Amino acid sequence: MCAATNPVAGRDGLAVLDAEEIRRALTRIAHEILERTHGGDEVILLGIPTRGVPLARRLAARIGEFEGLKVPCGSLDVTMHRDDLRLHPARALGRTDLPPGGVDGKTVVLVDDVLYSGRTVRAALDALNDLGRPRAVQLAVLVDRGHRELPIRADYVGKNLPTSQREVVHVLLAEVDAQDSVTISDDGRQP
Amino acid sequence: MKRHLISAADLSRADALLILDTAEELAGLADRPIKKLPTLRGRTVVNLFYEDSTRTRISFEAAAKRLSADVINFSAKGSSVAKGESLKDTALTLEAMGADAVVIRHGASGAAHRLAGWVRGSVLNAGDGTHEHPTQALLDAFTIRRRLTGQGGTGGREAPPCAGGPGGASPRVGTARGAGLDGLRVTIVGDVLHSRVARSNVLLLSTLGAEVTLAAPPTLLPHAVGSWPCAVSYDLDSELPKSDVVMMLRVQQERMTAAYFPSVREYSRRYGLDVARMARLPEHAIVMHPGPMNRGVEIAAEVADSVRSTIVEQVANGVTTRMAVLYLLLGGTEFPATEFPAVTR
Amino acid sequence: MTAGHPATTGNPGTAAENQARWLIRGVTVPGDGEHGSRVTDMLLGGGSVTAVESGLNHSGARVLDAEGLIALPGLVDLHTHLREPGREDAETVETGTAAAALGGYTAVHAMANTDPVADTAGVVEQVWRLGRTAGHCDVQPVGAVTSGLAGTRLAELGTMADSAARVRVFSDDGRCVSDPLLMRRALEYVKAFDGVIAQHAQDPRLTEGAQLNEGEMSARLGLAGWPAVAEEAIIARDCLLAAHVGSALHICHVSTAGSVEIIRWAKSKGWPVTAEVTPHHLLLTDEFAVDYDPVFKVNPPLRTEADVAELRRALAEGTIDCVATDHAPHPVEAKETEWAEAAFGMTGLETALRVVQLAMVDTGLLDWAGVADRMSVRPARIGRLTGQGTLLAAGAPANLTLYDPAAPAEAVVPAGASKSRNTPFAGMELPGRVVATFLRGVPTVLDGKLA
Repeated sequence: MCAATNPVAGRDGLAVLDAEEIRRALTRIAHEILERTHGGDEVILLGIPTRGVPLARRLAARIGEFEGLKVPCGSLDVTMHRDDLRLHPARALGRTDLPPGGVDGKTVVLVDDVLYSGRTVRAALDALNDLGRPRAVQLAVLVDRGHRELPIRADYVGKNLPTSQREVVHVLLAEVDAQDSVTISDDGRQP
Repeated sequence: MKRHLISAADLSRADALLILDTAEELAGLADRPIKKLPTLRGRTVVNLFYEDSTRTRISFEAAAKRLSADVINFSAKGSSVAKGESLKDTALTLEAMGADAVVIRHGASGAAHRLAGWVRGSVLNAGDGTHEHPTQALLDAFTIRRRLTGQGGTGGREAPPCAGGPGGASPRVGTARGAGLDGLRVTIVGDVLHSRVARSNVLLLSTLGAEVTLAAPPTLLPHAVGSWPCAVSYDLDSELPKSDVVMMLRVQQERMTAAYFPSVREYSRRYGLDVARMARLPEHAIVMHPGPMNRGVEIAAEVADSVRSTIVEQVANGVTTRMAVLYLLLGGTEFPATEFPAVTR
Repeated sequence: MTAGHPATTGNPGTAAENQARWLIRGVTVPGDGEHGSRVTDMLLGGGSVTAVESGLNHSGARVLDAEGLIALPGLVDLHTHLREPGREDAETVETGTAAAALGGYTAVHAMANTDPVADTAGVVEQVWRLGRTAGHCDVQPVGAVTSGLAGTRLAELGTMADSAARVRVFSDDGRCVSDPLLMRRALEYVKAFDGVIAQHAQDPRLTEGAQLNEGEMSARLGLAGWPAVAEEAIIARDCLLAAHVGSALHICHVSTAGSVEIIRWAKSKGWPVTAEVTPHHLLLTDEFAVDYDPVFKVNPPLRTEADVAELRRALAEGTIDCVATDHAPHPVEAKETEWAEAAFGMTGLETALRVVQLAMVDTGLLDWAGVADRMSVRPARIGRLTGQGTLLAAGAPANLTLYDPAAPAEAVVPAGASKSRNTPFAGMELPGRVVATFLRGVPTVLDGKLA
């Protein structure tokens, strides 16, 4: 579970990871998944919308390149299981698309872009519970920014990023945003 | 989303698509081992049904329960309403019981409007007199979209999440997220004058881009129908070959004594959808009916049971669509007290 | 230019005769053909206007500073529902006439659809006496045309005419006299005593279950439509009947442009037809029903902008002779319900003059002399009232109202002298204010309050 811990360069709208660094991080995570699941045995990847989904796809592609193994992947929308529904107007739902084999008996690796309070992952575990009974559940994230509010931890981390709660982490991915970058800014101002 | 759903005119195209897309996601629930979501846990939905309608009431009840809401059924028969309690007093009672949402079906046009002025929760119109029935229009639109735009039709399909895995992602029939009903031609046939389903459908279908035509005898069309966003025809046969959807409305036999048409036989002959007429429809066209049907009057039994008919799936789609509406009305912020502009004076 | 509170000076404790004299100082009297509109003083005494000129000696008279106020002859309402006997929960003669006085009225015609119906001398005399006892304004009972308003037999029209109430106006208002033969007979019969039949024009078969004007709104709201032709067809028929038998016909609450055209045509032939319009039909349309608030439910229904425009024009040109309120009070529970269950009707006595100012005077369609004519002179003439509806000049009865057209526009509050609260103008800003009303020289309203 070693993650790169480069010192963060700059705090105000500056890049934390560029496209190249993201690519390397995902390559490393793909290898780690293979190491820790006996070569990807009965593994499925489920991305949490929105940006967890392209990340899951990229990981599946990497694993396919290295090992020639086709890892089933899909998406798991967690909106209906969130614990903060009453604080915001009702949100639009994301897609839930399970691979044909379902989740029973599988090792499910949840994939998301940022791990923060842990509440999204808790909702994902609840949603997963209603879909079946995996053998095991693991978590892969591109960025872990700390400030957990629940006892949840990631198995695979692209980058550990200590932040203050004032700061906002922006993850952009080519499939959604036409570029790859991770930046950080104060108080939600765009970089 | 607004706080109430009383008329299909309350919904912009974006609102309507949000409901249909949400329903599309919720439709998958039926395939899961646990057909329930925790989203409305702790919320109370009251079914306030002044008119008998087991089917609609059960549909709303199932929708609310699948979202884990508590459901209270209040039917007019044998209740304080039968003893003459006013709508206002009933509303105040529901307020005191802490209803988060009231689903109301009532025989008087405007009842849902009035109720909205007396309760703090959300009001869902399940049919008020001859005014509107917006969730019926939504489930009709949902049904049309699934049947006619899902397979590479006017709607786009999202690519499945990944190319890997044996067999790829399961194919979704009728998935057309974000797509409207643009360019589809819908013909609504029957007693439009007294039909809340027709009113809601004309509004919603045209909002979603469909071209709507009403086919009926002149006596069963509103005097001011010319101001509605639809075309009008007195000749059903000329409309059939051009229609992608034919929606039949129920005709009540009592209209005969009020001189709307001379006899059921003549009505059926001129405006009933029989097998011969069904054969004149384009091959892909579907036949819809909000139910309950008068088999043999506005629709022949063989047509109702044919593969073109969506009557059975409309029922299932009703639960899904109503789940989407309940989620969008109640699944978010709690509303502050007395937000709705005062209806009472 | 705005009037302050009317100052009253004089010696308290002098003889009763002196207290009965009033000097109204600096008031504007509208033109009357002889004079143009002018600011002058007016002296009231012994129940009459004794002088109208500037600089009058006022020794012993109470003085009312009327700077900025307009003096109109006391308003006469041809169409009011006082509800007594039978529906005292909605209104009584006492409360209804109090509301009338506050609206500037010195005489109202009380419609016959009470319970029991005013179809006998007994009931009309009862209503007449209740009016005299209350003392806020003159109450002229209207007699029913048919017995029990059932539309099958004539009521005892002659006996009512001969009674102490001296009924001259007969109406089944609330219901239409739809049987053409009965309408003909009624028109003929009242010629014997210079009576007039006031028709509530509503073909019953075309309006069964009708709720709102038949048009775009009714189609959108899913409310059963009330077609204009249901009113117009009856008016056309009755104008022809009145011409044929040579008797006076009055049309109640005209509400459509089509009706106006027919009346204009009938008058152009010299036929003995008169007509009234309500204040609400001069201002409101069926669009107000959009939220299904039954306060806007009325018979005949609110119509369209085009109808409102034509009604205003007709009142200005005199095709419609007068404004009549059709004041229809209802208890709260009759209006706080689903539209289809709610009662038809709106109150109107206290707001009438203000609505007419907004709809007719402020739009330049009618001047104050015209208001005097349409709201006092003509209704009194149609009702065959003596002592009311006389222009203010020396020797005229002292029935008048003082009105401040420049009072700051105020939102209407439902609470007033009327027992009922069903005013469609609640929350609406209306101009003007009735400051004082005098009935035969005795104030019934001073400074906007009951005297």
